[in-house]
Amino acid sequence: MNKQQKRKLPPLAARMLYSIAAVFLSLILATLVMLIAGYDPLKAFGAMLNGAFGSANAIANTLSKSIPLMFTGFAFAVASKGGIFNIGGEGQLYLAALASAITALALNGLPRIVVLVASILAGMLAGGAVGALIGTIKAKLRINEVIVAIMVNYIVSLFTSYMVNGPLKAENSMTAQSEAINSGYLFSTIIPRSQLTSALYLGIGFAVLIFFLFRSTRVGFNIRAVGENASAAASSGIHIAATTIGVMAFSGMLAGLAGVTEVLGKYGRFIDGFSPGFGFTGIAVAVLGSNNPFGILLTSLLFGALEAGSMKMSYVANVSTNMVMVIQGLVILFVATPEIVSQFAKRKGGKRNG
Amino acid sequence: MDNLQYIFSFNIILTTLRFAIPLTLAAVGATICERSGIINLGVEGMMLVGAFGGVLGTHLTGNPWLGVLFSIACGGLVALLHAVLSIRYHTNQTVSGVGINILAVGLTVVLTRVVWGTDGISGTVQQLGTMSIPLLKDIPVVGALFRDQSPFLYLTLLIVFAAWFFLYRTKAGLRLRAIGDHPRAAATVGIHVRKYRYIAVVVCGMLCGMAGAYLSIVQNNLFVNNMVAGRGFIALAANIFGGWNPLGSFLASLLFAFAQALRINLSLPIPDQFVQMVPYALTLIVLVVVGRKAKAPEASGELID
Repeated sequence: MNKQQKRKLPPLAARMLYSIAAVFLSLILATLVMLIAGYDPLKAFGAMLNGAFGSANAIANTLSKSIPLMFTGFAFAVASKGGIFNIGGEGQLYLAALASAITALALNGLPRIVVLVASILAGMLAGGAVGALIGTIKAKLRINEVIVAIMVNYIVSLFTSYMVNGPLKAENSMTAQSEAINSGYLFSTIIPRSQLTSALYLGIGFAVLIFFLFRSTRVGFNIRAVGENASAAASSGIHIAATTIGVMAFSGMLAGLAGVTEVLGKYGRFIDGFSPGFGFTGIAVAVLGSNNPFGILLTSLLFGALEAGSMKMSYVANVSTNMVMVIQGLVILFVATPEIVSQFAKRKGGKRNG
Repeated sequence: MDNLQYIFSFNIILTTLRFAIPLTLAAVGATICERSGIINLGVEGMMLVGAFGGVLGTHLTGNPWLGVLFSIACGGLVALLHAVLSIRYHTNQTVSGVGINILAVGLTVVLTRVVWGTDGISGTVQQLGTMSIPLLKDIPVVGALFRDQSPFLYLTLLIVFAAWFFLYRTKAGLRLRAIGDHPRAAATVGIHVRKYRYIAVVVCGMLCGMAGAYLSIVQNNLFVNNMVAGRGFIALAANIFGGWNPLGSFLASLLFAFAQALRINLSLPIPDQFVQMVPYALTLIVLVVVGRKAKAPEASGELID
């Protein structure tokens, strides 16, 4: 697998063009699916655009849906730079969400800033612990992290499910969820009566942080060195195991923030099975954003817009909201297949020149 | 029923076998695929497409057996996509699997709405019936194994044996294992590595499709959104737990299915979620304990060109 990833990366502009081509190809195929199915693609995409950007509230919805995806995207990208395939975002965000909910509930009564900061940190710590566990198993036992992370995903999410079905279940609640956190402790909303909260700023802040981590710090350099050539990094004195565990801990914290911001932003409580696969979609977000934090902000916005627009598309054009998953799945496949996309891009370019 | 009485009754064996069928089919598929050195995380999606294909095929033809063939074709087709991307285009195999899983959830629901006009649930179709084997069905106790059972039970046992026989008793099977362990050496002695890999991945998809059909038109008579519900990943776990061996995959599937049977039929003193964890926890423990000495194909995920 590493051999495939080690292909030389083209410069930034080329990578951006490449990502755009991948999205474009996916939209073309999705259009074909709609045509074959007898839908009106123009009407569908029009409705989707309208649902995603047509009003202040639509934009707020798009942004709010992009927040968990940017965090899971960051998580995957950071691990990727260290040569690790973190498919464990799902487990990391679930435990983090639970930890932050428990903390916020336990500290009820303390000042807002204390509770909010403590809950965020508790979530990051929990997500980081799950990440570090996977990193440790990889570094110390040399076991493929993908399988380990998938098993951990299930174990952790089942554990959180047990907690809110059992000991932490809200009284008199029909569904499996924790008690509601005092609304004064949640992220504040940026646009009133929307789900867009100040968690967005946290996401942008982390994008900047990650950018500088890899641009101008020793730690970032070491992570990349290990990711690009572990044996060379080892011979230049970098501690491989410590770096792997550390980067997975950080990656887990970032994925954890996806859970934290859902709990402290969107729901105000822990709800069983709240993630529709943010951890997996984050992989697409990161790959499409070529693991660049600002690229990830953009691609998470794109995926957020797809999600936000899907409802409108569904009732205007009668297309199932799951069309969004078709597009996302295609984007993942295309963006991971450079040969097809560049062939496509070349042909397009060739036509224009001729 | 009293817990102890149930554990020692013959019923639990039947229930376990029933739960084990889809896991076994997909796990044996994963074994064959991964033995060729191609990682397949798309098992879940291939099962889902198979489940949908089974219902669609039955809906179109009115014959559930044709539905099964349809599901096999659908699973094989999705697997072919994975094979072409992984082998021809060098797509990262893990990413391709993740993409296929997401695509499968999306596409099956979109198409359900196209065909039946409903969201997330199809119309009902004819179910694949059960069969009894004359004479054998009249044996006391054990006769239940041959009375009113799904043909899938016998098919699955046959497939397990055939896959084992193929891998360990035929020249082609030996070659496939060689490809998974030392693809370059295999190519050097003139084995057509790509051809073997294409076939292995597609056969895996066909078995996954069959596993999906079992869920949709044998156990049920309709398709429901995301009805595979993680069984693909349990099957992957069974393949690993069973040491990348068809018989091992089958035994691991039986073990995981047994846990599921206990969960469904007993009022266990431990919370449900912990019983559900069994497959994942056991696999993780095996991975950690056996570690590098696990019998995984040595060149897993490695392409040679």
